[in-house]
Amino acid sequence: MKQFIEGSQAVAQVVKLCRPGVISAYPITPQTHIVEGLAKIVANGELKAEFVNVESEHSAASLVLGSVASGVRSFTATSSQGFLLMIEVLFNIAGMRLPLVMTCANRAISAPLSIWNDQQDSMTARDSGWIQLYAENNQEAADLHIQAYRISEDKDISLPVMVCMDGFILTHGAEVVDLPDQSEVDKFLPPFKLENKLDVEDPKTLGAFADPSYYTEARYGIQVANSNALEIIPKVSDEFKKIFGRATGGLVEGYKLEDAEQVIVAMGSIVGTIKETVDELRAEGKKVGVLKIITYRPFPVDAIYEALKDVREVAVLEKAVSMGYAGPLYADLKSAISCKSKINKISGFVIGLGGRDITKDSIRQVYSLLSGEEVRCEFIGLDPSFEGNG
Amino acid sequence: MATLFSPGHTACAGCGQAIAARLVVDTAGPNTIIANNTGCLEVFSTKYPESSWGVPWIHSLFENAAAVASGVEAALKYLGKKENINVIAQAGDGGTGDIGLQALSGMWERGHDILYVCYDNEAYMNTGIQRSGLTPYESNTTTSPPGKVSLGNTRPKKPMPEIAAAHNLAYVATSSAGFPRDVQKKVKKALSIKGPKYLQIHVPCPLGWRHIPGATLDIAKLAVDCGLYPLIEYEFGKLTQVRKIVKPKPVEEYLKSQGRFKHIVNLPEEIKVIQEIANNNIEKYGLIK
Repeated sequence: MKQFIEGSQAVAQVVKLCRPGVISAYPITPQTHIVEGLAKIVANGELKAEFVNVESEHSAASLVLGSVASGVRSFTATSSQGFLLMIEVLFNIAGMRLPLVMTCANRAISAPLSIWNDQQDSMTARDSGWIQLYAENNQEAADLHIQAYRISEDKDISLPVMVCMDGFILTHGAEVVDLPDQSEVDKFLPPFKLENKLDVEDPKTLGAFADPSYYTEARYGIQVANSNALEIIPKVSDEFKKIFGRATGGLVEGYKLEDAEQVIVAMGSIVGTIKETVDELRAEGKKVGVLKIITYRPFPVDAIYEALKDVREVAVLEKAVSMGYAGPLYADLKSAISCKSKINKISGFVIGLGGRDITKDSIRQVYSLLSGEEVRCEFIGLDPSFEGNG
Repeated sequence: MATLFSPGHTACAGCGQAIAARLVVDTAGPNTIIANNTGCLEVFSTKYPESSWGVPWIHSLFENAAAVASGVEAALKYLGKKENINVIAQAGDGGTGDIGLQALSGMWERGHDILYVCYDNEAYMNTGIQRSGLTPYESNTTTSPPGKVSLGNTRPKKPMPEIAAAHNLAYVATSSAGFPRDVQKKVKKALSIKGPKYLQIHVPCPLGWRHIPGATLDIAKLAVDCGLYPLIEYEFGKLTQVRKIVKPKPVEEYLKSQGRFKHIVNLPEEIKVIQEIANNNIEKYGLIK
């Protein structure tokens, strides 16, 4: 049913439809509306679940680690500093191969303190083994959560999945979202079954330590599961389309790529602004397209290469920096496709840190810079009076 | 009797924690799920692909067993299975009173039906005998070494049982590897009570305390009999039971039994200070028969 709804409430509604038995979270802006929504849903008896308020994000992640290990589908959500506090547990959840879904309401990292959006938080977990999906709008955010459970619980993957949605821009922004029925979700998402779980009828030891004879193999297993995910994520998206009638998810999405000579690559809500700008540039006769990265981990190298192989110039726009080098998406993309295609320029741009507005003008600026010299880590919209100032 | 904590693990000879952990799980029985913090116990009992545990057992990190156990308990409640299954979280003293205190306080405050067991060997033994918040006064550890201007650890033990009792728990107790029946009795009692419980067991560590492996139980008993490790029980914040001492032994006897106090056993003034700690315990808890 189509509803005009805030992104956070849309996510709370679809998480409810996925029937988690345990939900645990610690409040942090801008994640709060999601868990407040779920708390109300549980309080009203609309979902039978244990909703556990904990004393930190570290414990929120640990608690759902314990509930998933007990064989119960679970959910948590966080942002920014809370994400960083969780990160020790996030690596552990992936290492223990526990299927779980969490929302990252993307927000900047302190210092300086900022409650506003960028994607530096989830970027810090890109090496953790978690699958990372990025939503462009609220419909995608909703749909990706449903797909995330399917992906996570696939026995050839068995890894946690985080759905990343830009804080405030999506979490607090209202738009029309088609919310599915319970029967559709039940058809798409079978009940959760975990083979290696805590069960007094079949006692197992989980989280044993590995000496050098086994550690590498355990870590390699995560890498293999990530490769499997590259095959499975598009299939999950196809099946989603069959049941829900909407194409969402998958690895990447191209926009006006057919004859594009220049392509802007990005992920998250910024893609909407880029698409609008590209429409205008197209009207002016420019052969520009957009490549949206939906699945950032595992990194869809082949899908990206396929989309960009005939392109001349690529601009990567992102809301995060690996300080001392460049944007992480730029670095990944460059290492994946340079020297392999006709591309003669890949430039990296950093934009929208700490909630700085991204306008069509800023996208046009990127476009104009793309025709100039190749750049690695160009900050867009810097106040000129601060340039070069530490 | 068959045990739920199989031999063949790699604990040191005379490890007090191994003795206490076996008593705890065997008393709890097979309908038990354990969440274990990182530490000696976890390392010596679960080296992949082997495990000593005959019950479902999970290890995640150093400081989060209380939170992981909270998740296990929440899942069992969701599944309608909590009534028949014990949930135990367990850790060493550092994992409990230092790095794990926040998660533990949260577990207590939320009222989860979990027994938390702290095996107190009074230092970070797994990493090589570093000082913890539960290391006793003037103990020699690798990070509180005595030297020309130091007599070892400068602080008294963090009062974890009192901190637990301040959470108004239905049951808080201390016990000792030197008194196996006391351990069994308190585990049984704790598991008969719904809600969060705290049990702290004094477990000598031959490696860290520097005593011969065969002396573990005697040294544990000495700690209790001199008043330095009172065996007490709190119910809803009130002291309800203490193990009485007929005639307190001098602390000197306890201190002399271990290398970690070697630097003070010839310093009568320092022994007097530690005797005062024992005397205070005796008075505070009414330990004399």
